[in-house]
Amino acid sequence: MLGQQILSGLATGSLYALTAIAVVVVFRNTRTINLAQGDFAMIGAFLGIVFLKDWGLNYYVTILLVVACCIVLGFGVERIIMRPIANSDWLTLFTTTIGIYYILHGVAGLFWGRDTKAFPLTFDPTPVDILGAVISQGHLYNMGWALAIGAVLYAFFNFTKQGVAMRALTDDPEAAYMMGIPVRFIVLLTWGLAGFIAGFVGILIAPIIYVSPEMMDEVLVKGYVAAVFGGLYSIQGAVIGALLIGVAENLAGGYIGSHVKTATAFVMIVVLLAFRPQGLIGIQKRREI
Amino acid sequence: MSLLKIDGLEANYGPVTALRGISIEVPEGGIVTLLGANGAGKSTTLKCISGVVKPRGGTIEWKGDKILNRSPNWITRAGIAQVPEGRRIFKDLSVSENLMMGAYTRSDRGQIRSDEERVFELFPRLKERSKQLGGSLSGGEQQMLAIGRGLMARPTLLLLDEPSLGLAPLLVKDIFETLLKLNQEWGLALLVVEQNVTMALKVSQFGYVMQLGQVMVSGPSAELRNDAKVLESYMGVAQ
Ligand SMILES: Nc1ncnc2c1ncn2[C@@H]1O[C@H](COP(=O)(O)OP(=O)(O)O)[C@@H](O)[C@H]1O
Ligand SMILES: [Mg+2]
Repeated sequence: MLGQQILSGLATGSLYALTAIAVVVVFRNTRTINLAQGDFAMIGAFLGIVFLKDWGLNYYVTILLVVACCIVLGFGVERIIMRPIANSDWLTLFTTTIGIYYILHGVAGLFWGRDTKAFPLTFDPTPVDILGAVISQGHLYNMGWALAIGAVLYAFFNFTKQGVAMRALTDDPEAAYMMGIPVRFIVLLTWGLAGFIAGFVGILIAPIIYVSPEMMDEVLVKGYVAAVFGGLYSIQGAVIGALLIGVAENLAGGYIGSHVKTATAFVMIVVLLAFRPQGLIGIQKRREI
Repeated sequence: MSLLKIDGLEANYGPVTALRGISIEVPEGGIVTLLGANGAGKSTTLKCISGVVKPRGGTIEWKGDKILNRSPNWITRAGIAQVPEGRRIFKDLSVSENLMMGAYTRSDRGQIRSDEERVFELFPRLKERSKQLGGSLSGGEQQMLAIGRGLMARPTLLLLDEPSLGLAPLLVKDIFETLLKLNQEWGLALLVVEQNVTMALKVSQFGYVMQLGQVMVSGPSAELRNDAKVLESYMGVAQ
């Protein structure tokens, strides 16, 4: 029972982790707390239904198309909405993403309706036994994908010029600009990366939680809380936070009661901020320089 | 023909006027120094050349072409690299990654690698620390890295903003020796902003002294050296 709770917690946590990474990367390069990150994934999930059910496309082709569409969505949001106000204060940027959040909710409702839709099952629903812990194949499958995407992101950030430049921008945007790094292009890529991640999250999470305009609201908030674990700055911190949240809420749900499951993440963040506010403040100071 | 020719350059930051029509030339393969007290407008001059600050008026010619409104990306590609004031190393990037960022505008991979080797030959300490984070280096090492990062763009002209600032005297000597080497062996033209008047006039062929956004005195460095009193009066004037 315990092992099972932990494993499936890690599986959900790995999707929170992907969301958290996107939140962190966008925040540290653009000072934008992107409330629409979840909705990028939501749009991806709806598109997944269109491609898979309505168009009858192959699952892998669907993934490719959904991810491509979400990247374009990320690009579009940067180019059309965020770039013109890029120099505004963080509150303006944040408020704007609230606007994008509602626009995307509305667009999804308009095209696909407000009711929840079932996503076609993309894995064998029979649970499997791993070292005594019984876990659904969907969870295993999602963990595998999350690991693979994590590896791709790691390679991108460490071995490609654009990925390293993204980190350089986090470090010192003005110095990056002086080196001839095309800062605007890198910011565009940053939003594209957020879309890339969202595309996968949308398609991976859809079979587990059903598809609706609101489907990502809770995931986003947990992803955001996880990002705060990393001070909205550290990817490792965010990933650790996300996995902790995934496991803790599963344990709380299993041993205390399902009504406390959702609250777990918030209890964790309150406790974290009460005992380790200095980490967070330290990073905020650093951002202001 | 001079490599870089600035004429009547004016710049401001909002209401603050930083440059009031300055004219400066850098000949091919030359070392030119830009002196002056804090706030004289030296950094602004370099930033206008590298495209980071957009001037209000005047002209900048690079190899005979006007480059006034070009982006830093374009200017770096054209052969001008900058070593910024305060080094501005990417602290969370490794030494190698910092160098990689200096070469961002290039795509000739093989050449980039051999240029990195060349930088490591120039600064063996960087090679020893190539995997370390930029932020973990000492001040002197960070300055080497800042220069190395500039070199990775394969510039014809390197702009250096107070490369000796905050370094111990022995390291200051090293840095100026490096500059001479870059000029004589690598064939680079240098435009060096400095507070260390003595050293700057020793290595350069020509000097400009700025005050409050204007060039007050200019001439061959050998002559300026004999005019120590005049120089000091300008260097002493704060803001
Ligand atoms: N980012 C900025 N915003 C506003 N004023 C600035 C900025 N940078 C420089 N200045 C002002 O422009 C003038 C020239 O500065 P600067 O070029 O940095 O001089 P120097 O490098 O010779 O010390 C100074 O009066 C300085 O206060
Ligand atoms: Mg300066």
